[in-house]
This record gives sequence, C-alpha cells and structure tokens, in this order.
Amino acid sequence: MSTSFQVNGRTVHVHAEPDTPLLWVIRDEIGLTGTKFGCGLALCGACTVHLDGVPIRSCQTAVSFVAGKKVTTVESLSSDNSHPLQKAWIAHDVPQCGYCQSGQLMSAAALLQKNKHPSDADIDQAMSGNICRCGTYERIRAAIKTAAAEMYGHPAAAPAKS
Amino acid sequence: MKNPSTRISSVSRRTFLQAGSLATGGLMLGVSLPGGLGEALAAGTLHTPNAWVHIADDNTITLISARSEMGQGVYTSMPMLIAEELNVDLRKIQVAIAPPGKIYVNALLGAQITGGSTSVRDGWEKLRIAGAQVREMLISAAANQWKVDRSGLRAENGMVLGPGGRKASYGQLAAAAAALPVPEKVTLKDPEHFAIVGKPTKRLDTPAKVNGRAIYGIDVKLPGMVYASLEQCPVIGGTPKSFDATKARSMPGVIDVVQIPDGVAVVADTYWHAKTAREALRVQWDEGPVAALDDASMWQGIRAAAETGKRLSISSKGDAASAMAHAAKVVKAEYTLPLVAHAALEPMNFTAHVADGKCLLVGPTQFQQGAEGAIMAALGLKAEDITLQTTFLGGGFGRRLELDFIVQAALISKAVGKPVKLLWTREDDTRHDFYRPMALNQLEAGLDAEGMPVAMNYRVTSQSITQRAFGLPKDTLDGFMVEAAVPRYELPNATHELVIHDTGLRAGYWRAVSHNMNAFANESFIDELAAATGKDPYAYRMALLKNQPRMAHVLKTAADKAGWGKPLPTGRFRGMAIMEGYDTFMAQIAEISVKDGVPAVHKVVVVADLGRMVNPDTVAAQLQSGINFGLSAALYGEVNIDKGRVRQSNFNDFPVVRMYESPAIDITLVPSTEKPGGIGEPATALIGPAIANALFAATGKRVRQMPFTAARLASA
Repeated sequence: MSTSFQVNGRTVHVHAEPDTPLLWVIRDEIGLTGTKFGCGLALCGACTVHLDGVPIRSCQTAVSFVAGKKVTTVESLSSDNSHPLQKAWIAHDVPQCGYCQSGQLMSAAALLQKNKHPSDADIDQAMSGNICRCGTYERIRAAIKTAAAEMYGHPAAAPAKS
Repeated sequence: MKNPSTRISSVSRRTFLQAGSLATGGLMLGVSLPGGLGEALAAGTLHTPNAWVHIADDNTITLISARSEMGQGVYTSMPMLIAEELNVDLRKIQVAIAPPGKIYVNALLGAQITGGSTSVRDGWEKLRIAGAQVREMLISAAANQWKVDRSGLRAENGMVLGPGGRKASYGQLAAAAAALPVPEKVTLKDPEHFAIVGKPTKRLDTPAKVNGRAIYGIDVKLPGMVYASLEQCPVIGGTPKSFDATKARSMPGVIDVVQIPDGVAVVADTYWHAKTAREALRVQWDEGPVAALDDASMWQGIRAAAETGKRLSISSKGDAASAMAHAAKVVKAEYTLPLVAHAALEPMNFTAHVADGKCLLVGPTQFQQGAEGAIMAALGLKAEDITLQTTFLGGGFGRRLELDFIVQAALISKAVGKPVKLLWTREDDTRHDFYRPMALNQLEAGLDAEGMPVAMNYRVTSQSITQRAFGLPKDTLDGFMVEAAVPRYELPNATHELVIHDTGLRAGYWRAVSHNMNAFANESFIDELAAATGKDPYAYRMALLKNQPRMAHVLKTAADKAGWGKPLPTGRFRGMAIMEGYDTFMAQIAEISVKDGVPAVHKVVVVADLGRMVNPDTVAAQLQSGINFGLSAALYGEVNIDKGRVRQSNFNDFPVVRMYESPAIDITLVPSTEKPGGIGEPATALIGPAIANALFAATGKRVRQMPFTAARLASA
C-alpha cells in the first residue's frame, strides 16, 4: 500500500493508510516538521499547506486525497529565508512563540498568489482561519503588505519596524 | 494519587515560598550572584569561563539563556544583557537554553522557572556581571600571554586589543581565560553607554521560525523513538480501574498498551497509529472526588467561603469601618471570573527515554528544576541521572509550569523500554488543563459629599495555586492571589482581605495570574464610583493619583493619545483601566462598538512605564500579545464543569481571538531610568476592565462577569 504525490517538487511514495491525515504523513513519515499540529479539526490553521496551490488544512485531509497532486509546505518558501514573505516576517519580527507561523505564512502565500494588493479586509478574511495565541496579528497584517509591495513592486503600505 | 507537580525538591519549594511572600508587598529580592561560578557545562573544544558564556577554539561564542523561549523574547534579551558587557556582536553569537542547574535559578522565584514576568528583572544585573567577568578574564589571559599590564588592554567586538597593534580573538584566548579565577568584582557600564541593551533589536529566533526549522517539543525525534497517546479520565484526577485493550492491540502499528497512574497509553510506530488505537480502548475509571463538581456547586463553595472562611489581611489602612459608617454614600459591587484554559497552540507533549537507570527528557517546559524533581520522585532517580533539554515552547502562559505531561512521558518510556514522544490531542489539552481559578471579588466604598472615596472594603475569594504547586501552608497569605489587589489610588481608610477556598478542582497559574481578577475588580469599581457621582472616570482617577507620578503619567499620556473627552465617531465608545503590576505602570484605553450585544474592540491605546528596557521591540510585542490574550478571555474565556467533566473541547467551543477581531494597538513606551519592570503579563489583565468600562459608556450597563457575552450584557 503506497500513495505517491509531490512534496515541494519532489515525488514521494508513502506507506501510511489511505485515511491517515496528510499532516502526520508530512511530519512523521516524510520528516518535514515545519507544518504543525494545533487542533486536529481544521479550526486553527497551524497545519496549513498548499494542495495544487490552494491552501488546505492538512489535519483534515486524508493522504489518499492528495495522490498524484502537488503539496507544498512552509519549507518550500526557501531555506535561506529569501522569500519576500520570510523577509517581511523577519523585518517586522512577527513570530513570538512561532508555533503558528508556518501556517500563517502558507495562508499569506496563498493570499498573495491571487491578490497583489490586499486590503486590511482582504487580509483579515484570508487569515482569520489561522489562530495565533501570542497575538501577532497586527504584525502579520503589516508583514503581508510589505511582502506584497516587494513581490509586486508597489510602494510599501506600512514601514517595517526597526 | 498526588499530582506530580507537588513533588519538587524541598529546597526550591522553600525559596519559592519566600519569594512569593515577598511579592505580596511588591518587593523584589535583591539580585545576588549565586555561588559555584565556573560550573562546567561543556566538554571538547568549548571553554567555559563561567556558566553563561561558552567560547570554542574556532571563536564560536555561545551565550546561555537560563529562561525558556515561549514567545516572550528571552532567547534574544538574555544574551543581549551578557553581550553588552562581553563586547560581542549579537549577530555573531549562538544561543543555548540552559540545562537544569543551581546557577540558573531565578532569584525572584527561588527556582529555575520562566514565569512571573521576571526574566529581565532577575537577569538585569547578574547577566551583565557574567558578561563583564568573562571580558575581564579574557583581558587577563591576553595580558599574561603578551606579558603586558592588563590596564593597557581593552576588549572590543570579540577581540582583545593591546599596545603595538597586538590583538587576539576571544576564541584564541578562551582556553587560558577559562583556567583563570573568576573575578569577584567587575565594573559595569554606565547605562548611558549601553550599545546593545535598550536598543530595538531583531529577535535571534525569528529566522528559524519562518522556514520550519525551529524545533519545538512536538518536533523532537530520538533514534528508535515510538509515539504515545494517553487516554486520561474524563474527570480530572480520576484513575484507571481496569481496561480492555484487545482491539487496540490488534490495530496497525501498535507496539504496547501500558497503564500509568494518569491513564492508559497506547504506544505505536506513528502518532496517528497510537491516537487511532487509543480510541478503541475501553477503560473503567475511578473518577475520584472531582466527579461531584459542577459550576454551581463550585460557586456555592466560593460564596460560602467568602462569608464564613478565614479572612487573611492583605493590607489595612486607617479605620475603614468608622469611615464607612460616616460616609455620605456607600457603593457595593461584586465581580467574578470563571475558569479559563491556557490553550497554548502547541498541545502538551514531551519526549523521554528511560534506560539503564537514566532518564533523558527533551521538550517544552517553563520549569526545568521542577521537571527534574518530579522525575526524581516518580522514577526514583538522582539528579545526576537526569538530562533535560529544553526546546522552543509553542506557547507557555503558565501551562508549561506544570509537570504532569513530563512525568507521563517518562513513565510510559520506562514501561515500554524505548524513547517515547507523548503528544496530547487538543481535546486532551483543553480538558486536562490546570485552569485559571474562579474568583469572586466583593468591593464596598464609602464616598464623601464630593463623591470621593473615604473608605474601602475589598475581599477576594479564590483558590490558591501555590498551596497545590508549592506546598504553601494553609491560612497563609498567597502572594500570587493578591497581586494588584491594593490599587495605587489614594484611599485613606481601606481594608483588603483574602479568603482562600479550594474548590476541589486543580487550578494553575495563567498569564498575569491574580492581576486578572484584582485589576478587573478595582478598575471596574473605580469607574462605578465615578459614575455613581456623575464624574468623568479619567478626572476621577487622576484626582486619586496625586502622589503617584508614574501612574498618573501613563494615564495622562494614554488619555492624550486616545483623545479622551473628544467626540468619537457615532457608535464608538471608550473605557480605561490602569494598574501597577510586575513593577510596571500601565494604562489602556479601549475603543469599542457594540453589535448584537457583544463588544468589538477597534483600537487600544496602551502606555507603559516599565523602567529600563532591554529590547523595546520585544516590549512592544508583549503589549500586543498581552492585549490579544486578555481579549480572548474577556470575549470568550470560560471553561464549564459538569459532573466533573470539562464541557469545552477544542477551538470551536473554547474560541480565542482571531485576526478579524484583533484591535489596532497604539503603543507608547515611557522613557525611564527606573529599575526594569516585567512586561510579559501585565497587559493581559487590563484589557478586560477597559472593555467593561467602555461597555458601560456604550450601554449604561455594568457587566461584572467575564466573558462579556450578549446574555450577560442583556441581564446586566
């Protein structure tokens, strides 16, 4: 029994039962631990990854569902923190405990793929499925605008904090 | 079964109690350098001039944070204090979280604990001394090597520089320096010359937290490790009587099913196998005494205790009884807070490997010394047989001061003879927390003819966490229940009392601890007194703060920033709250609207005077964090008990604030040369009363219970 799909551009063959949530396959079998477990019910967004470019909650997605598809995780943004979102997260010093931030970054990446100039309301709508218990929301909003400015070349809406 | 949390070593328990009793009076223990400097931590090519600095031959410099990184920024701020005197570039150092060790004890809490907004207050002097000691040792080593007088040498940017252009890196000097005696007296920089401390500084942990590389407890992997999921009794404190694991054992990947005092654990080759098979367990429970509890019976017990329980004096000033009897007007009110869960986003977990009479522990904890003590007691081991590595914490908030999940992991590992990662589900985490205790605050004020308070009676009835966790004797004032109970206002005659009542359900320290209940009561009540005499709540407070310059300054600054007294857009209303807590003076003004009976918070102006700061950007982050954390409690935070069972389970029925509900936060930090105050917690305690006061401004209704639901507003 094996399921094949792509993770961050690499084809993997995994042996977990077909109903195993993708989250645990990514973390325990493939060994990419950036994607986090927070609730198990698609309520907190810590497990957000992209499936064929669309953000999903991997804790509620059976691995059988992703067969033959493309999964991307936070590790795909870049390993050297060169992605505009990573740079913006660093510029605004967004993370506190940091546990939710992989999911936040993946939700933000999906938003910026389809919206080049998100308003506060757009950001709230796209990001309110992701819980941050440390309350970094204001910095996430600002960082998304900074990243959008870099990615799409329009003036930064909010200056980066020191 | 006694909770493992009670089993910490007697030494730390004693010192913790001393610190706790001192905290009552708002005092701070003087920081003194602990003995045993030079305690070696590392081998190989690392040189350890003292316990805070490791320097390798290749010039890699590692600075130690003795505090756990749970979001509050100590991974950066603790090294900043050392680096300031060591004269190294913060960008070029490594950071390590300290193992358990006496030298790493938090002098303000008497144990190796991260909590109580104490990290900077504890480390402010001793970490700078530690950095200065190593700097002087490196200079002495260079002087010896070059055979010159040390007075002509200086240490800069990781190098010792001497006459004639001589220079050597710290790495080149480290071996010789580590062999020298640690200087007893060192000169510290005048704070006016600080190059690092006090400057907004990028966090050193951010890069690893934006690409998935940061290792939390849940990410730990040991060779040969297996995974455990633990079925605990639906009633907290219940224990297994018997169980049937026939089906669970037959399921894929299951390695073993073992009973420990707290429940029955399924151990499997993956987490998902363990968790799935756990659902097939059939366990008969001895539910224990908590099964008899529900919200109503617990509140009944608290109310009875408030009337008949032993009253412990917090403070007494003047003659409140006589002044009350002669008051022109008497106002009474009572305020309640419910049980609240911590809900750190990383569910409780720990990894343990018990083998050959030794125990390796890796995971997220706020209390290294407690973990060591609990494992010693549970496994009958000596301290030297226990190795503990602290990972990043996916939130702490006080939950990770508890040791239950650490002991469970070790007992399961011992039972199966393999390294085990125990991971709780979100439901486990919500239902087996140590909740912020219920609290009842009863206030009575006598006002003079001008409406100003001449008498105050204040009684808080709640549960002592310190009795359970640290063995505080009964009928002893618990400093962690009376924080901010005595406000800074001018009250000529006042009696403040505490009644301690154990509801029977374990309680825990929750961010800002008793500041939450006491600030809610005091700051709601002062607003009620102003309203009772038709006075503006800002002017009323200021009139009572004539001898409190720092408090008055933050309030005035906040009022100016918020435009207090100036008209707001239609449908917007303001409320304010102030407090001194953790040696920090703070004011918050919340701007809200009310829709469908619930407040929406649009903006919060916060002004803090916390004395000298280490990293002002982290200070700002903690204000943002504390406000959002307190906002979750004010809007939603409530755990209900029914037949001893926790009704809530996950973020659907224990909601927390999401981005769309998160206010804009306008921060002002007051420049100050006062001693540092704590900042991780105080903001949490003030947003609730600020909203309650704004709700009153909006509706004329006074909500005296959190959370502020539509039903509570309707019945107010």
